[in-house]
Amino acid sequence: MTPLPQSPAAVETRLPATRAGFMRREWLPIMLFVLLALLPFAAMLGPEKYTLSLVTRVMIFALAAISLDLILGYGALVSFGHAAFLGIGGYAVGILAAHGVQDAALQVPVALLASGLFALLTGAISLRTKGVYFIMITLAFGQMAFFFAVSLSAYGGDDGLTLASRSKLFGLAWLENDRFFYALVLALLIGCYALTRAIVASRFGRVIRGAKENPVRMEAVGFSPFRYQLAAYVIAGMICGLAGVLLANQAEFVAPAYMAWQRSGELIVMVILGGLGSLHGAIIGAAAFLLLEEILSGYTEHWKLIFGPFLVLVVLFARGGLLGLLARVRGKDRADG
Amino acid sequence: MTLSLFLVQTLNGLQFGILLFFIAAGLTLVFGVMDFINLAHGVQYMIGAYLAAMFTALTGNFFFGLMLALPSALLFGLLLEFLIFRHLYARDHLDQVLATFGIIIFLNQAVKVVWGAAPLSVPVPEVLSGTVVLMDGLLYPVYRLALIGSGLAIALLLYILVSYTRIGMLVRAGASNAPMVSALGVDISRLFMVVFGFGAMLAGFAGAMVAPILSVEPGMGDNLLILTFVVIVIGGIGSIRGAFIAALLVGLVDTLGRIFGPFLLRLIMDPSAASQTGRALAPMLIYILMAAVLFFRPAGLFPVRK
Repeated sequence: MTPLPQSPAAVETRLPATRAGFMRREWLPIMLFVLLALLPFAAMLGPEKYTLSLVTRVMIFALAAISLDLILGYGALVSFGHAAFLGIGGYAVGILAAHGVQDAALQVPVALLASGLFALLTGAISLRTKGVYFIMITLAFGQMAFFFAVSLSAYGGDDGLTLASRSKLFGLAWLENDRFFYALVLALLIGCYALTRAIVASRFGRVIRGAKENPVRMEAVGFSPFRYQLAAYVIAGMICGLAGVLLANQAEFVAPAYMAWQRSGELIVMVILGGLGSLHGAIIGAAAFLLLEEILSGYTEHWKLIFGPFLVLVVLFARGGLLGLLARVRGKDRADG
Repeated sequence: MTLSLFLVQTLNGLQFGILLFFIAAGLTLVFGVMDFINLAHGVQYMIGAYLAAMFTALTGNFFFGLMLALPSALLFGLLLEFLIFRHLYARDHLDQVLATFGIIIFLNQAVKVVWGAAPLSVPVPEVLSGTVVLMDGLLYPVYRLALIGSGLAIALLLYILVSYTRIGMLVRAGASNAPMVSALGVDISRLFMVVFGFGAMLAGFAGAMVAPILSVEPGMGDNLLILTFVVIVIGGIGSIRGAFIAALLVGLVDTLGRIFGPFLLRLIMDPSAASQTGRALAPMLIYILMAAVLFFRPAGLFPVRK
């Protein structure tokens, strides 16, 4: 029997386990987070409110994209209904706030519980199917959540629900401060990134990746991939639910549009655009997607005429997304030098 | 709730189902034969509607418009195939999703630039305007009946084409095992192109046919595309027969559910709660149907690949 790799180090021996090796592997995510941490200081020089709000939005979608990458990039579980969790998190905030519960200390657990339960229920059914059928059944559940939100006429129905204010944090209105909110979102992004990194490197993550490569073999060595995949699906759903809580607070608004299938599609696009199965690729993808949208729409109202072909070109000529492109450029540099 | 209401809604459901079938037939073949997820199939329906609207306005006659729109939709589909899609067949599903998503974004915006953002309307052709009396107190528009009739005729034609011709045989063989067909000496890329062009034309035809009864607007194909995916998944990917049955099923369940759901719920709850729950449940019905079908038959009702 082929022994399973025992520890994270076993697989990563391809790179030297030195400090230089660590830096070579990790410079990109570290640089990303340093950049994000320094950005508020640079933002003070320009239109601070605008910059902070834009980048906060980018980080929130990056969080959602990371959660999708966990199951999509590592488990090959193409969820086409992932935006449902954004909506569940958002509506947990909106509905609780409408009933006078404004404290995040209560809203967040409810949001996590609700998205976790939804993921457990739908995941248990969806994971019975494979491949394209999985894509479609997750889409079906996403659409169900969408239409359910549309039917919530007590909470705005189709038009959505405007929040009176952002959530309180233990009774204090800290989130109203854009700088604090930015820092909080960044901290959560780093926290969830570290968590998902730890997950994919663990024995649990190895089973998920093994099931992606060869499910039959995984069963032959004694694992039942279903339970592991379901657990990963629930974790991803909960992280995305957290992103939904943040998104509702950032926009001070929740609407069924959060759960529209186009939104799920956009999340998939972000993950692939950045580079599948690396986690920080998802952050780069979300940033590229939203910033490009923002910049192009500043130039012309027909920015989609540029954005659409851009996506097609990325697929045709930049395999592995932006991260793949970057690796190729760096590889060429090294070959030249 | 009367018999005539039931009949009218059944006809509406049938008509919706046939519309879905036109789009699903092409999609299920493209999917089944080429293993290609084409999210842009919905915009081909939209393009068909716009082309019909444009040519009808130019020629002043819906039938001339239709005659011109069909080959144009075919050409447009082949152009997309030539420029983009054929480079994606060998890629994995995710690349295909990303690229065709980009095409949707582009074309939805492009029709706005070319034809304006405001919805276009196409007049119902003179010959088919008006209503007929189907039974006492039951009037039904002629055009919708014509739509149902032409749909059934095309379904029959497609059935004969797929079941009894050489190209149909190749298509069926391709759906169950494309590499084997290729190994037997069939030019698979030509087969792909034929299937693709045919699917694009059918979707364009659907768009052209509904142009007189729906408003022609950007993004009109997006939600229909999702319903079409529901149809082909319920029917079993690659199966024309499955697509036909599933399309009618989805069309009927959706239409009848919206009307009669609240009626049925009223038996067990009070009227206002029933109408609210009914409205909430109705759009979900087909997705519940799909989840249920996949729960019991994970490869759809008529699986092609064993």
